[in-house]
Amino acid sequence: MLSINAYLILSAILFAIGTIGVLTRRNAIVIFMCVEMMLNAVNLTFIAFSKYLGNLDGQIFVFFVMTVAAAEAAVGLALMIAFFKNRESIDVEDMNLLKW
Amino acid sequence: MEILFFGLVAAIAIISSILVITNKNPINSALSLILTFFCLATLYVMLEAPFMAAIQIIVYAGAIMVLIVFVIMLLNIRSEAGGRTNHARFLGSMTGVLLLILTWTVIGKSSLTGAKGAIDSAMIAKVGHTELIGKSLFTEFLLPFEITSVLLLAAIVGAVVLSKKKL
Repeated sequence: MLSINAYLILSAILFAIGTIGVLTRRNAIVIFMCVEMMLNAVNLTFIAFSKYLGNLDGQIFVFFVMTVAAAEAAVGLALMIAFFKNRESIDVEDMNLLKW
Repeated sequence: MEILFFGLVAAIAIISSILVITNKNPINSALSLILTFFCLATLYVMLEAPFMAAIQIIVYAGAIMVLIVFVIMLLNIRSEAGGRTNHARFLGSMTGVLLLILTWTVIGKSSLTGAKGAIDSAMIAKVGHTELIGKSLFTEFLLPFEITSVLLLAAIVGAVVLSKKKL
């Protein structure tokens, strides 16, 4: 029987890798994919705790996280296409209109 | 046996997620991310959540990733010219490593407590995972479920408004 700590540590590693990706990459779509990966790491934590506590509430939360991720994908990719039409690039370094 | 299998799946998940952030070509990143999602679905099956594994594959690997790959191909993005500046890369990696050390210490030091619920393996095998999820979703969590539909409506309207030239 595997202890819950293994799942929690795997989830922490995936979340940290996602954070590094968000902070070090320049391509907006790759950053977006790293955010999805962080959401998935959290989902794994939710399901591991749900199994450990014998309670389904965590899995319902995963359900809602997936809904939010789908909505985020639709709006975020529409934003990127709109930005690409204006600038011919989706590099985050080019998104500097509000930069002081 | 279970530990061996977990180690294998976890290793594949970690390697493919590292590939997501190191690949220069966004398409390769997207394909590695799909592999990560499949590994996570395998872990959900090991955690006795088969319904979650199914919607992980259908919604994430099937719908969201197809949308992302579609947009990458539509915009015809070339490989990145260069990464961020060195200090940004260093600070980002340090933040990630610190976050990992922090979670590691918290997990190691704290003991997990909490009242055990009624759902165990025997009950999931008898009643069925999907039935349990559905019952919980449509009774206890009915209001959040309805509010989610408003969120999806807002997302649809937002996507249409953003991508249409003239309304």
